[in-house]
Amino acid sequence: MPRRTDISSILVIGSGPIVIGQACEFDYSGTQACRVLREEGYRVVLVNSNPATIMTDPDFADATYVEPITPEFVERVIAKERPDAVLATLGGQTALNTAVKLHESGALEKYGVELIGASIEAIQRGEDREQFKQIVLGLTDIVGGAAEVARSAICHTMDEVLAAADNLGYPVVVRPSFTMGGVGSGFAHDEAELRNIAGAGLSASPTTEVLIEESILGWKEFELEVMRDKADNVVIICSIENFDPMGVHTGDSITVAPAMTLTDRELQRMRDVGIGIIRAVGVDTGGCNIQFAINPDDGRMIVIEMNPRVSRSSALASKATGFPIAKIAAKVAVGYTLDEIPNDITKETPASFEPTLDYVIVKVPRFAFEKFPAADPFLTTHMKSVGEAMGIGRNFTEALGKTLRSMENPDAPFEFGQPISESVDELLLKASRPHDGRIQAVMNALRAGASVEQVFEATKIDPWFLDQLVVMFEAARELRDAPDLTPELLRTAKRHGLSDQQIARLRNVSTEVVRGVRWALGIRPVYKAVDTCAAEFAAATPYLYSTYDEETEVPARTKAAVLILGSGPNRIGQGIEFDYSCVHATMALREAGYETVMVNCNPETVSTDYDTSDRLYFEPLTAEDVLEIYHAELAAGPVAGVICQLGGQTPLKLAQVLKDAGVPIVGTSPEAINLAEERGAFGRVLAEAGLTAPKHGMAASAAEAKAIAKEIGYPVLVRPSYVLGGRGMQIVYNDDALETYIRKATEVSQDRPVLVDRFLDDAVEIDVDALYDGTDLYIGGVMEHIEEAGIHSGDSACSLPPITLGDAIIEQIRRDTLAIAAGVGVRGLLNIQFALHADRLYVLEANPRASRTVPFVSKATSTPLAKAAALIMLGRSIADLRSEGMLRADGDGSNPVEGAPVAVKEAVMPFNRFRTATGAFVDTLLGPEMRSTGEVMGLSDNFGTAYAKSQAASGGPLPTGGTFFVSIADRDKRHAIWPIKRLVDLGFRVLATKGTASVLRRNGIAAEEVLKLSEKVEGADGSSIVELINDGRIDLIFNTPEGSSAGESTRQDGYQIRTAAVLADVPLITTVPGLGAAAQGIESQQRGEIEVRSLQDWAKR
Amino acid sequence: MSSLPALLVLEDGRVFRGRSYGAAGETFGELVFSTGMSGYQETLTDPSYRGQVVLMTAPHIGNTGWNDEDGESGRIWVQGFIVRDPAPRPSNWRSRRKLDDELRDQGIVGISDVDTRALTRHVRDRGVMRVGISTETLNHEELLAKVTEQPLMAGADLVGDVTTDTHYLVPAQGVKRATVVAVDLGIKSMTPTQLAARGLDVHVVPAHTTFEQILEFEPDGVFFSNGPGDPATAVGPIEVLREVLKAGLPYFGICFGNQLFGRALGLDTYKLKFGHRGINQPVIDRTTGKVEITAHNHGFAVHAPLDHATPTEFGDVTVSHICLNDDVVEGLELRRDGELVAFSVQYHPEAAAGPHDANYLFDRFADVLSDRGMDAD
Repeated sequence: MPRRTDISSILVIGSGPIVIGQACEFDYSGTQACRVLREEGYRVVLVNSNPATIMTDPDFADATYVEPITPEFVERVIAKERPDAVLATLGGQTALNTAVKLHESGALEKYGVELIGASIEAIQRGEDREQFKQIVLGLTDIVGGAAEVARSAICHTMDEVLAAADNLGYPVVVRPSFTMGGVGSGFAHDEAELRNIAGAGLSASPTTEVLIEESILGWKEFELEVMRDKADNVVIICSIENFDPMGVHTGDSITVAPAMTLTDRELQRMRDVGIGIIRAVGVDTGGCNIQFAINPDDGRMIVIEMNPRVSRSSALASKATGFPIAKIAAKVAVGYTLDEIPNDITKETPASFEPTLDYVIVKVPRFAFEKFPAADPFLTTHMKSVGEAMGIGRNFTEALGKTLRSMENPDAPFEFGQPISESVDELLLKASRPHDGRIQAVMNALRAGASVEQVFEATKIDPWFLDQLVVMFEAARELRDAPDLTPELLRTAKRHGLSDQQIARLRNVSTEVVRGVRWALGIRPVYKAVDTCAAEFAAATPYLYSTYDEETEVPARTKAAVLILGSGPNRIGQGIEFDYSCVHATMALREAGYETVMVNCNPETVSTDYDTSDRLYFEPLTAEDVLEIYHAELAAGPVAGVICQLGGQTPLKLAQVLKDAGVPIVGTSPEAINLAEERGAFGRVLAEAGLTAPKHGMAASAAEAKAIAKEIGYPVLVRPSYVLGGRGMQIVYNDDALETYIRKATEVSQDRPVLVDRFLDDAVEIDVDALYDGTDLYIGGVMEHIEEAGIHSGDSACSLPPITLGDAIIEQIRRDTLAIAAGVGVRGLLNIQFALHADRLYVLEANPRASRTVPFVSKATSTPLAKAAALIMLGRSIADLRSEGMLRADGDGSNPVEGAPVAVKEAVMPFNRFRTATGAFVDTLLGPEMRSTGEVMGLSDNFGTAYAKSQAASGGPLPTGGTFFVSIADRDKRHAIWPIKRLVDLGFRVLATKGTASVLRRNGIAAEEVLKLSEKVEGADGSSIVELINDGRIDLIFNTPEGSSAGESTRQDGYQIRTAAVLADVPLITTVPGLGAAAQGIESQQRGEIEVRSLQDWAKR
Repeated sequence: MSSLPALLVLEDGRVFRGRSYGAAGETFGELVFSTGMSGYQETLTDPSYRGQVVLMTAPHIGNTGWNDEDGESGRIWVQGFIVRDPAPRPSNWRSRRKLDDELRDQGIVGISDVDTRALTRHVRDRGVMRVGISTETLNHEELLAKVTEQPLMAGADLVGDVTTDTHYLVPAQGVKRATVVAVDLGIKSMTPTQLAARGLDVHVVPAHTTFEQILEFEPDGVFFSNGPGDPATAVGPIEVLREVLKAGLPYFGICFGNQLFGRALGLDTYKLKFGHRGINQPVIDRTTGKVEITAHNHGFAVHAPLDHATPTEFGDVTVSHICLNDDVVEGLELRRDGELVAFSVQYHPEAAAGPHDANYLFDRFADVLSDRGMDAD
């Protein structure tokens, strides 16, 4: 059956900003979908508020709306574009929920839009727990017995509870019905605990009802990726087994593909149930993901849940198998059947088959607990990781070793060399509680002498996996204990995933020595293809991974290659924005006639799609791995160079090592990179150009730091040297706080000094992205931050063009940027942060690389900066690119063209994901340490509307009226009066705490007083502000903190107010400039309907 | 890993060195690769692998050990076994012992720690060939000389090695619907199980059973199983099958049974370059247009026109199933006066190991039998 001809235009809904649980895997899936649908001749309309995505590139859709993904905005897009169909199964839960709401509001019907991919009924059957349970229980005709879900009983009395527990067997899970936020639920291991928990649960439940469910904690966990077409052909793309058993969210688990510990009978039973589910739920054209648990003692299998859409696991399964799930899902959604779609990798065989792997995939999650020190570090069924890396090896040990060294975390790779100080019991206890670092604790327990059985008892991690860890550890031990480093030992170690660095530590030599010995012995990796079919058919697409085996499959080539090093796992500070730049580089360089070679290890990204570049190496981004790839590619044909400046800090820090090993680095030289990163050297560049930086110094001790602070004056900004994402940065206001900071920073020494900078209070921060080719400078854009300096640039909202900067300042920014670009020796992209303080421009820092804001600037100005940068790195000039039309013929991003939009970028914070050990949310204050996971963009012809859109897109839409609560620090009171007054004029009722209220009243603002939580007397009249927030009686909150940026103690009122705001989902503003922007946004919302406009339309203006 | 070094030599002279796995010693056979990621126990015990050295493309083998339920026959049939990473420890609640212990106990010579993907690509590009594995000599020229002395698979008659010695009955489950005689050419135990589950009494008989002996069971239909070797050599069973068709008895064949069906109808069989062995093969049922994911294990196939029916003395034969990967004939149907009387598939609906998508074929056979039974009443 060919594609459908009764529809001609399709609206694709993206997933919005990157948040925990919904990351750039949906950029990968949406990009594939848009590409496929356009190839098929459909008009593609896209809505996605996230400017950092590839899918929102104007080239990927006919009409690209960077607008909030809310039912209201999406309906406006539908009204304007009148698409025939909506595809919502490739944009995560956000897209799915939006589609359901559009159905419920009648908008889909009103505009005659058909939902394709999965029907509303199928979505509901898949997502509604009770309906889904009945569907599973209805699958009775399955080989090996009817399908099962976890057994449970609904109870109304303690007698019923006890009887249910006896029937189910301890431990049991208690879930009270209709309580907020899971209050009263818990695990009961025996009758005493059960009486306790269920008793509380029964009384907490308004219907005196609790659900008693059998515990499946510690069971083996599996997933299947299933795909179905309209002819009812169903295939299983991939099976995934979790290393971490049930109890840890699969996004936070180490996972392995294919399943390792099931016999064929068990797998086929799982397959039969999976197929039964996709049919019964009725996902008729697309993919879904189904989770299973298996009791390790008797093999009893139960179904946990399904996602009736493409998911994070689908992205992983696509990269793991070479089967492009999103692309195929899009094709079946428009009517193709699987047998009509060719398998891209083999070219000869159809997509109606099940991939088979002759390698092993390991995925390891990347966490960011260091950013949230107060958060409970244990892993639960609530996802907390911010990214992931995947490794491919010919066996589990090799894949695991590669993945752990891909984590961008020095503590991730196993430490085999150091003696272990903890006892077996301590290590087993540590390993028994899932946390970031659990697998390292498991390895240490085994090293310390724990048996596989003991570790299994403590962790329930399958003994097969534990045994593989023993294999690694034994390879390491033999290597350590042998008198000589023989070729056999070295080969065995490499075969089990040990890096040169790990071997070096075991042998007490340098990594370079190990590499030298290895090369001299000819022990080098070969590269094998991911081909979907275990070599049964020849692969036409070079999607490669390294392994220590015999035969290599790197194809020879004649064209010159450019290697592009990607950015590794997403983490806070380094996310999808860098993947965007890498993907743009590969697109530009392919077009320019180079053969592009992508190196990356992040399965969520577009860069790791097998057809994004000419070749893909799914490999760790370490010096060892990149050197081997370079060696292999050099043997395959000429190499024009390696690009290190687009993937963020990860490849940048490899530049010098690679260059020293003879690798040609194109673009800004490693020496120049060092010049910008090294404080002293950069200071000289600034001095020569006559530029000013805030006063600063370097300290190796608390005494030194205090001396510096005394000289330059408080407040000071302190941070460790060489950081990305502002890790460990803090603003301190006095000696005590400074001393505390130094004491807490574990690594302060002569080699690792702490930087102490004068902090410019109330300065305006400015971000600049620019291109430099050695002669000409092209400013990509000048962004004015909305929050004052001191809030990390990644966490602050900004506006492009700048809303308050005059021409003279812009001119000075241009001069200073040119001076730095030339002084440092940039070739390609450069990002500079300035602070404007008392009419004086200070240089805060310069980064000679693609920055986080490149995609935002590119979209706001309709200029492909990363493409231009890639071409400049390979020798083109800005003058060339201007004449070819890639860059504007005259002027640049510092002087926007007539009719260009005002673009506002807003950061999206993950605060609602993290709770403290006692269950409270972590504090939400912004500071110099970056903590946002993603960003959105709002576009309009005026700042207020653009800001309002950015707030709606980031999940905290501004109210148009209602009650406004104010509580501000003394130092902010002066500046806050005007915006508060404006809001009153706009019709808001103002509540304030005592002190604030009296200041406001003195300024003629009729503020009503409200109690702080600490002022509230038990039993007395009047609600505290926290209660009002909890009751949903507050529509907007403005709260600025007293004291330092490191946050206040959890007992303080500000903290209570802010966490209540997060829980109740009330917009919360914590800076004065933010309030000003909000006032403008609210004003523009009140003025009337906000218009939506596509990027293509903006570019035309 | 402290096992003995082992040597593997292909008949074209390519050499791989690895470690001994399973029994020590020396073995020879035709090298084939199987791409199934699960089901090594079923594969090893499948009589169709008689005479073949099997390579598993999945790197980790032995993870679930060896259990007492999943064998497809009473013993391991492969001539040798090639894996990359044997599991040091099995982990599965049904596991009774380690795979390498089982291989050793049954005297199966294997090799591990070789580049199985390189070997697979070699066979894919150059076709199946003979192979030798040895722990007794590490001199590749010596082993090569022995490899080239081995018989070829084309022309090999191996059915006699694998068939049952005596008749046995697998009784119908539930209400009995009909009686079938299943000719064991290397039958897998899941096949009579599947037939019996549909209410059929299954009399499994040796390969050399004559048509007259078959009739003594008063069967409603006849079944020919899978099996090893070159179908062109199975002259006796083909003759029996012609008599079955002549008598108008319903027939169902699997794998070897499909090839013999083709030959009985006057179609030719040929050897594939490297065969189909795996559990992920897409086959389209041309009657329904539906694609099923199927288990395959065949080195030979039937030549038949895909685009039209071929008249035979027994009726019109059409190609009912095709492998979507390479258009190989995967099923035949014989109709007389438009009515389905006999059919066969080249792949494995009994699916052990493998997906259950093609299970409906057993239903189809049972339906043909009971329809006929009703007609007779």
